[in-house]
Amino acid sequence: MNNQNLKEEILRMSGVHPEKCMRCGKCSGTCPAYSEMEYHPHQFVSMVDNGEIEPLLNSESLYKCLSCFACIERCPRGVEPAKLVEAIRLIAIRRQGANHMTANDVPALLDADIPQQAIVSAFRKYSK
Amino acid sequence: MQRVGVFVCWCGSNIAGTVDVQAVSDALKNEPGVVFSTNYQYMCSQAGQDIIKNAIAEYKLTGIVVCSCSPRMHEATFRKTAAAAGLNPYMVEIANIREQCSWVHKDILTGTEKAIILGKAAVAKVNLNAPLTPGETPVTKRALVIGGGIAGIQTALDIADAGFPVDIVEKNPTIGGKMAQLDKTFPTLDCAACILTPKMVDVAQNENIRIFSFSEVAKIKGFVGNFDVTIKKKARYVKEELCTGCGACTEKCPMKKVPNEFNLGMDTRSAIYIPFAQAVPKVARIDPDACNMLKKGKCGICSKVCAAGAIDYTQKDQYIEEKYGAIVVATGFNPISMDKFDEFAYSQSKDVITSLEFERLTNAAGPTAGKLLRPSDHKHPHTIVFVQCVGSRCDSCAEKGKEYCSKICCMYTAKHAMLTRDKYPDTEVYVFYIDVRTPGKNFDEFYRRAVEEYGVKYIKGMVGKVTPEGDKLKVQASDLLANRQLQIDADLVVLAAAIEPDKSARPLATMLTASMDTNDFFTEAHPKLRPVESPTAGVFLSGACQGPKDIPETVSQAGAAASKVIGLLAKDKLTGNPCVAHSDEMMCNGCSTCERVCPYGAITYEDKEFRMPDRTTKIRRVASVNPAVCQGCGACTVACPSGAMDLKGFASAQIMAEVDAICK
Repeated sequence: MNNQNLKEEILRMSGVHPEKCMRCGKCSGTCPAYSEMEYHPHQFVSMVDNGEIEPLLNSESLYKCLSCFACIERCPRGVEPAKLVEAIRLIAIRRQGANHMTANDVPALLDADIPQQAIVSAFRKYSK
Repeated sequence: MQRVGVFVCWCGSNIAGTVDVQAVSDALKNEPGVVFSTNYQYMCSQAGQDIIKNAIAEYKLTGIVVCSCSPRMHEATFRKTAAAAGLNPYMVEIANIREQCSWVHKDILTGTEKAIILGKAAVAKVNLNAPLTPGETPVTKRALVIGGGIAGIQTALDIADAGFPVDIVEKNPTIGGKMAQLDKTFPTLDCAACILTPKMVDVAQNENIRIFSFSEVAKIKGFVGNFDVTIKKKARYVKEELCTGCGACTEKCPMKKVPNEFNLGMDTRSAIYIPFAQAVPKVARIDPDACNMLKKGKCGICSKVCAAGAIDYTQKDQYIEEKYGAIVVATGFNPISMDKFDEFAYSQSKDVITSLEFERLTNAAGPTAGKLLRPSDHKHPHTIVFVQCVGSRCDSCAEKGKEYCSKICCMYTAKHAMLTRDKYPDTEVYVFYIDVRTPGKNFDEFYRRAVEEYGVKYIKGMVGKVTPEGDKLKVQASDLLANRQLQIDADLVVLAAAIEPDKSARPLATMLTASMDTNDFFTEAHPKLRPVESPTAGVFLSGACQGPKDIPETVSQAGAAASKVIGLLAKDKLTGNPCVAHSDEMMCNGCSTCERVCPYGAITYEDKEFRMPDRTTKIRRVASVNPAVCQGCGACTVACPSGAMDLKGFASAQIMAEVDAICK
C-alpha cells in the first residue's frame, strides 16, 4: 500500500478525524507512557495527517502505548489519538511476520504494577 | 388591472455581464399588465431613479418591478423613489437578478433565461399587490436595563445623559457586576475599582436613573415602544430608604461564618451584610439562610443596633409594574464550573483556583488584603502554573466545556502572570497555552512585555493532569515545541475557566421572545450591521450576554446600545411594518394553532359577535393579530388549518402567482 492508501485505511479503521486536532498537546500532556514512546500521541495525529506512516509502523511506540485511553478522554476536540495507535498497530500485526510477540509471551511480562486494563489490552493486541 | 412598469438594471457589468438586459426588458414588455419596460446602467443612481419617477408620471403606473440586486440592498431605495413619485411604496417589487442570477451563472443564455423568469414572477406578484399603509403606535419614553454590571451601567448612563429616564434591574444586592471583583484591567493596568466605582456613584446620583437592586424581571408583556414589565423586588429584610449603610449591624451580627460570595467563598461574611465597601446602593441585606432571627426567631441584634430603624424581619417580595419603550439586556457572564475537570484537581485541592479567584487573591480589598497567599496554608507560592483554555474551544465535551473561544482569558492570564512577576520577582511563572490570541489595541505588546520584560515562561502545550502531593501540586504537561513532557512541582495552579452566559439569560429570552444561539448567548439582528439589536424589535443587547467580551468592547457596545435606545425613545410615534398577518374572521375556526406558533406573542383570541344569515347573532372565538407586535414571519399562515391567516404583501395568492409564473 502506498502512503495515501495506508492513511485512508487507518482513518477508516479508527474513525479518527485528525484534521479536528487544534495542536493543544493535551494528549501528550496526559500520556502516562510518554517517556517510553519514540513518537508521542500528538505526533501520531499529525504524522498520520501528513501521511508519514512508515516510521510509525516501524516504531516501538506502537507497543509502548498502554491503551489507557487517557488521551481520548482528555482531548478537547474528540480526536482520539489512541484509536490511531490501535489502528496502526493492527496494520503492523496483520502484515505477515510482523508480530512483535505472541500471546504466550505475555504472562511472563506481567507484574503487579500493570493495570488490569493494560493486560486486557495486551491480550487483545497480541492474540490476533 | 395594474399598469406595471419594468426597470432592468445592468449594475454596470455585474448583471449585464451574464444577463442580456435588453432581452430581459423586451421579454417582460409582453407580460400581463406591463405598459412600460426599459433598462439602464445603474438604476439606483439619481439618473436611474429619475427614469422610474418620470415613467410613473408619464405612463400612470400603479405598480413597478425593478430587476436588480437583492431587495436587502435596494428595496428601501426604490420604495422611496416610488413614494416620491406618488406611488404607494408597497407597490414596488424587486426581482433579484444579481445575487440569485448573474453572479451564480457563467453562461449568458442561462442567465438571461432565468432573469426573465424571475422578472415574470415579480410582475405576476405586483399585479396582485395592494397599497399598504403602516400603522403608528406611541412610544413610552423610558428604558429598562436588565443587569447592573459595567455594560448595564454604561448603557444606563448614556441613555440618562440624553434626558430619558432609565431603570436598572440588578439581581444582586449591589450594581457593579464582575468588574467590581477585578483587581487591575488590561492592557493599561488601571485599577478596576478606581474606574468603576465613580461610574457606580454617577448612576446612584443621576436623577434620570432608578436602581432596582436585588430585583428580577418577573414578567414582560407588550411590544416595541410599549412594554409592560413586572419587576420583583426580592425581600432584603432591610428598608432600603432608611438604611444609611453605616455597617453597625454587620459588625454586631453573631453569624460571621457565612461564605462570602463576593470573594468567591475564600473568606466569610456575616448574615447581615453589605457586599463590599463601595456597594451601590450601600444598603445591607439579611441572608435568610444564615440569619438566626429569620430561621429560628431568636437574636434580633441587628434591629437593636440599627439607629435608623431600617431592619424589617417581616419584609416580603414586592412586585412593581412599569411601562417601558425599550429594553436593554445586559445580563453578563459567569465562569463555568470546574467541578467536572477532574484532571486539574480543582475540587481536590484548595490551591487549584480559577482566574476570578486569583483576581480576588490579588485585590487589596480581597480575602488576603492583596497579598498573594495560597488558600490552603496562607504561604507565599513560589511556582505558579497558569492553564489557559480550560473548558474553552472544547467541542467534544459539551457536558463540561464550551465550543467557543472565551476571548478574554489570554489577556487576563498575561496580566496575572505579569503582575505576579512584578510584585514577587522570586516566583517562577509558567503559562500553558494553545494559541495566544491578542488582537486588540496594545494587546500583543502587553503579552510580549509579560514574556520579554517580566520573564513569564510561556509554553505551547496543555496541562494533562494536576496531582496534589504533600503541599505541592504535581503538574504534568506537554511542551510541544520542545517535544517533551514536563513535570513541574507547583505551589499554585490557576485555571482560565471558560465563560458562559448568566443562567438568568435563558428564561429572560423566553419572556422577551428574543432569540439565542445554542450556547445561550443572545443573537443579534445582523452579526455585522446590527450588532447591538436583538431581532425582536425594541430589545437591545449590551455586553457579554451577546458573546464573550472584554471591558473596552463591552463599554463600546453599551454605548452603541444606548444610542439605539435613544434613537427609539426620541420618536413620538413608531411606524410599523405593514406586511403583517391578518386573520379572516369568517374562516377562523378558533383552534389556537396560530397563537401557539407565533414566536412574538402577537396573536390573541377574542369572543366576537357575528350576525348569521338568518339574522340571529352568534358568539365565536376568533384570532386577532396585533399589527404592532407582528413581525411578518408568516409562521401562522402556514400553521392555520383553515386558511384564515394571510400575510399582507405576501398573500398566499401572490406567492402562488409567482410560482405559476416560474413554472409556466
